Amino acid sequence: MSEILRLQSASRRFGGLQALRDVSLTVNKGEVIGLIGPNGAGKTTLVNVVTGVTPATGGSVTFDGQDITRVKTYQSARLGLSRTFQIVQPFAEFSALDNVAAAALFSKPGEGLKAAREEARRHLAFVGLEAQAHQEAATLTLAMRKRLELAKALAMRPKLLFLDEVNAGLNSAEVERATELIHQLAADGITIVMIEHLMKVVLNVCSRIVVLHNGQLIADGQPREVMTNPAVIEAYLGQQYAQRAGIHG
Amino acid sequence: MLAAQILINALVLGCLYACIAIGFSLVWGVLNVINLIHGSFIVLGAYLAWSLYQGFHISPWYALVIAAPLFFVLGYVIQRVILNRVITAPVLVTLTMTFGLDLILNNAMIYYFKADYRKLSLTPPMGSVSIFDVVVPIDRLVATVAALALTGVLYLILRRLRVGRAIVAVRLDRDAAVLMGVDVNSIYAIAFGLGAALAGCAGVLMALIFPISPLTSTAYLGKAFVVCVLGGLGSVSGALAGGLLLALIEGVGSAMFGPAHATTLSFALLIVFLILRPQGLLGRKGFE
Amino acid sequence: MSRSNLFLLVLIAGVAALPLFGEAYALRLGTIACMYAILALSWNVVGGLAGYPSFATAAFFGLGAYIAGVLLARGMPLAGAIPIAGIDSFLVAALLGAALLRLRGHYFAIASLSLIEVFRELVNNATDLTGGGMGLNIPLAASAGVMADATFFFYVMWGLLLATAVMVMAVSLSKLGFGLSCIRQNETAANMVGLNTTLYKSIAFGLSACFVGGAGGVYAAWVHYIDPSDVFDILYSVKPIVMALIGGLGSPLGVTIGAFVYLGLEEVVWRNYIQIHSGVLGVIIVLLLLFLPHGLMSVRVRQWWRRTKNV
Repeated sequence: MSEILRLQSASRRFGGLQALRDVSLTVNKGEVIGLIGPNGAGKTTLVNVVTGVTPATGGSVTFDGQDITRVKTYQSARLGLSRTFQIVQPFAEFSALDNVAAAALFSKPGEGLKAAREEARRHLAFVGLEAQAHQEAATLTLAMRKRLELAKALAMRPKLLFLDEVNAGLNSAEVERATELIHQLAADGITIVMIEHLMKVVLNVCSRIVVLHNGQLIADGQPREVMTNPAVIEAYLGQQYAQRAGIHG
Repeated sequence: MLAAQILINALVLGCLYACIAIGFSLVWGVLNVINLIHGSFIVLGAYLAWSLYQGFHISPWYALVIAAPLFFVLGYVIQRVILNRVITAPVLVTLTMTFGLDLILNNAMIYYFKADYRKLSLTPPMGSVSIFDVVVPIDRLVATVAALALTGVLYLILRRLRVGRAIVAVRLDRDAAVLMGVDVNSIYAIAFGLGAALAGCAGVLMALIFPISPLTSTAYLGKAFVVCVLGGLGSVSGALAGGLLLALIEGVGSAMFGPAHATTLSFALLIVFLILRPQGLLGRKGFE
Repeated sequence: MSRSNLFLLVLIAGVAALPLFGEAYALRLGTIACMYAILALSWNVVGGLAGYPSFATAAFFGLGAYIAGVLLARGMPLAGAIPIAGIDSFLVAALLGAALLRLRGHYFAIASLSLIEVFRELVNNATDLTGGGMGLNIPLAASAGVMADATFFFYVMWGLLLATAVMVMAVSLSKLGFGLSCIRQNETAANMVGLNTTLYKSIAFGLSACFVGGAGGVYAAWVHYIDPSDVFDILYSVKPIVMALIGGLGSPLGVTIGAFVYLGLEEVVWRNYIQIHSGVLGVIIVLLLLFLPHGLMSVRVRQWWRRTKNV
């Protein structure tokens, strides 16, 4: 398995708050990794650090062999890193089509608007939003906006995709649908790191689980090991869940 | 010029600057509105003091007491009736709106008072005091003390009075304040009224020191801007810090490069601060 | 080409016929109309399209006026001085833009506003070059009489307007325009999809300054005398905004119509209320913002105009 992303002792400090503390993590091509942990553990910060939204204050980040520790957001986007936002960030006035076209257009220099729009259609179809192609993004339902966000991320033809709580706010049918899409993406060979609170989804989709707590990595491995890890049960899963899942901590 | 003289001048001027800026800072911090009428309010206050003195021989110190409630009402009404309708609109709209209102006020003053410069000369004049080799005109000194007193009054209002706490709450987090039951629209009007009152009183003090003309309103506004950006928005300490810093830099710059460059210097400083430290010396980040 | 843009070209073409109908006064008015339209269209690139409320228009108008003025005073022909004024304005704006456009909302507005002050003082103090506060005299080229002069300058300004309109249309149809629209709607997302926002914003700021600088240059040549407080007047920043607001932000046609409507209002007010004309302008602004926040365009057939409004 070849390595695609490596964090080496990555840290991020915000004034007095140490959001990430010495996190070392290696992601291999084709993996689907679940990034879990309690709120405020630093999961989104980790994604922000990798994508250049808030640069690391310590340590290094290497992507596909390149040091991207100091790289700006738009540059990381062009290198093949893509992410969805927990609170969706559409271009509100644009149609769904133009939203996705924008992603296709700017992530690959040299593409024209027309070609980008055509490509956008395909991505909209993949997430099931062809019918809404010409609707203004602001008028879409939350579930649709989440799928739009996914379509945008895909239009960037990423090598590594960060999904930040794609399922927050969705009902079970919508979650099922989203999980389907993720399975499909994994099958297509995209490396995925997903921040997720729904353990059901994580266990369904992920080949590996990484746990963050108070900015530190406390577990990293196969789902079975991680789920039975006492530190993880203590910090996040809780005794009740462990019992219900038949795990003894 | 003696270093001590420069320092004392800066101290005196700094407090005056702070007084000019404090109302502006309050409105910007609480309503998130850059009130371009501020300069004209100051000039109007100066005219009020001048008219009261010329016409009725009312001393400027009493004029302060008259100005405060008058300007408060003026500000309150303007905000409630006009400004509040666009309060949620983007910067562009509110800025242009206050610009339009300022055009009206400024033009009215030019029409009514004419643009020539007037001076409020106290009879008998107050003279100056000299300690060691440092000379300070007494009227400036007294105005400085009054300016500090005004900022002190605002500080007390914000700290002690219930309405003051509400104003601070709205400044820190508007939505949370709404959830706490604060009538935000009322607070906006009160804050704007307070800002206007402070401007009017500042104008009364300015009348003692500087010549009065509607043409000076942009100069006062410019100073207020720079003080806010240097010192930070919405706080009394910020206005003081900004005022002192500006006066000091102007004083030193004047001594080194000549007085003509004082304004350029202050605006260049403004831009530098905006780029490097937009929240100012003492301000909080996030006021857009 | 969209209907809106087509109408715009037709409108501009129509204006070109003005000299056939008017005498000196109409020509003067026409020249100012073209100038206002240039300022408004240019502002729209950074203010309406990119969403950054710039108050710097006057700074670059003055800059262009002085660059051209100084060059003309030294004997350079108009055909050289104006393009240089324009290009220099573009470069200065693009460089400053990279720093200033990192600021958002109010802070950006203030910073752009302060540029006027800073430029004015710089010009004021460079007395040897610019004549400082005494002003700058620009020599009259060998002229063929008042009417010919007036007609000449009208067409120069008109030509510049045409160029500005073409630039604006090209931008709105291009990747640049699409990108600026993204920046306006959601700058975070724009960065995230690979858009180099700093570059795009700088270019937009540069473009918004370029033709404004050119217009300043033409203005200087036209009036033959400029001084700092005359050309670095904050009103040259505020008026284009009001024009854009009248016409409806974002639409080049709307903005141009707004410019012409504004000029009409201004002339009427000036002729009838000369002493209080700025006060009346203030009243117009206030009423406009209270009752027509989306501009005249919102009064028309909403659906159709809304579709052709943005990029």
